[in-house]
Amino acid sequence: MIGWLTLFYKEVLRFWKVAFQTVAAPVLTALMYLLIFGHVLQDRVQVYPGVGYTDFLIPGLVMMSVLQNAFANSSSSLIQSKMMGNLVFVLLTPLSPWNWFCAYMLSSMVRGLVVGLGVLLVTVWFSSLPWAAPLWIAAFAVLGAGLLSAMGIIAGLWSEKFDQMAAFQNFVIMPMTFLSGVFYSIHSLPDFWQTASHFNPFFYMIDGFRHGFLGHSDVSPWISLALVGSACLVMSAVALHLLRIGFKIRS
Amino acid sequence: MAGFMPAISFQSVSKQYRSRGSGAVVQALDQVSFDIEEGEFFGLLGPNGAGKTSLISILAGLSRPSGGAVKVHGYDVIADFAQARRCLGVVPQELVFDPFFSVRETLRIQSGYFGVRRNEAWIDELLECLGLADKAGANMRQLSGGMKRRVLVAQALVHKPKVIVLDEPTAGVDVELRQTLWQFIARLNRQGSTVLLTTHYLEEAEALCPRIAMLKSGKVVALSNTCDLLQNASSNVMRFKLDHELPPLLAVKARVTGRVVQLPAHDAQEIETHLAILRQAGLQPQDVEIRKADLEDVFLEVMNCQPGVAATAEELA
Repeated sequence: MIGWLTLFYKEVLRFWKVAFQTVAAPVLTALMYLLIFGHVLQDRVQVYPGVGYTDFLIPGLVMMSVLQNAFANSSSSLIQSKMMGNLVFVLLTPLSPWNWFCAYMLSSMVRGLVVGLGVLLVTVWFSSLPWAAPLWIAAFAVLGAGLLSAMGIIAGLWSEKFDQMAAFQNFVIMPMTFLSGVFYSIHSLPDFWQTASHFNPFFYMIDGFRHGFLGHSDVSPWISLALVGSACLVMSAVALHLLRIGFKIRS
Repeated sequence: MAGFMPAISFQSVSKQYRSRGSGAVVQALDQVSFDIEEGEFFGLLGPNGAGKTSLISILAGLSRPSGGAVKVHGYDVIADFAQARRCLGVVPQELVFDPFFSVRETLRIQSGYFGVRRNEAWIDELLECLGLADKAGANMRQLSGGMKRRVLVAQALVHKPKVIVLDEPTAGVDVELRQTLWQFIARLNRQGSTVLLTTHYLEEAEALCPRIAMLKSGKVVALSNTCDLLQNASSNVMRFKLDHELPPLLAVKARVTGRVVQLPAHDAQEIETHLAILRQAGLQPQDVEIRKADLEDVFLEVMNCQPGVAATAEELA
């Protein structure tokens, strides 16, 4: 029992020791987005009736931070440990693939949620969010963090160099995040892009999460929950399978 | 039952992999079989690329065999990996470390991975015995190469493994660390730990390991008590200093290190022949001495497949 808890603790300690970079920096970035986009668009855009743009934007920024940081934690930890060779210290232990999975998943979720909470704490003062359905907020935050943590494990195992990891981050995670409706409602997009957005799982995470704050969403939160939950299960199963076969970590 | 079980058992272990560059199939290990008994201090020797690290990687679960089985205290390293790894403490060859943590944190974390809680007394003892006590709070990045190597050893021992595997632990480290390390490992061995050592320092292997296996191209080419290997060596060694190049007749069989020349010499007749060749070439050897072959001589003989020792190896393997 304490073996995987130790790995979990170590992974949390790893990002906490550089919290300026792993927590404070993404919070500041999100705050910048809010100040710039919020200031420019507050009086020009109203996505939902009676909801100001800043109130619309804040849940999106919080969720985007949760997702990006959950992914960054597991992926960067694995690729760094592989590149530096210190993954051997974990490989030599009796920890099972399940132990690895739980430790990397939970620690990454913790980072994602801590950063998300940080973003919420510094941005909430600029808003009058109604907090319509807190359970939806919690459900999508946890599932979204879980999904991206699992994707981070997959990317960390698959990548053999920082270059490949950067490609995964910049060409997969970043576009999917930005094109998910953080800054806009998909109803404001042309038909083609509205349809395309429905194939982006990040859209459902943001939309469902936003529903928890505003009580408005582009699609039913139940549909979002089902899709995000399924995606989380599939990615978790893939990550666990890769850990079981020692994909690119045991020769 | 457990008392008769070998600490480590390699059973027809083979490992093949496809070379990334050429795509050719490389046979890293070929039907390697031998046992290491509980409490032994065992040496695994071989030139670079012989398969030592491949074998240790399979033992440690870092790599999977293409064929055969490896057991640690009866636990299969694949089927019963958790129990097998609990028995093992492996000091990796590469000087790796986690830059986020201090020495003490590193040891606490490693201990926790193995499920060992409240291990401070043993961690303190390890720090003391390996000369790390004053570095306990230092970040791993701040340590010298030798100090990092000590931490690697401490990490391998932190869960008190029954079997200690040292993969070239003294490569590139100073005399002080070697002495500290060997004293400590010898103490653990006396207390019952089994030690498997790979090293290129053959004098260390000769001094520490009562039994030795030699690998060449993935095969066991010698497996014997160190004393027997030395006694069965085909020749003594004639050692002298020389300021000039050796005549070609002698150069082909000589081991030359700077001015020092070492030649195999089976008997007095052969010594006289060597001297005669030197005289004919007008060369004057200095500080001539005859000594018994050491492990390095035996190693070179085995690796060069000279008949005397090769036969011994075959017989014993």
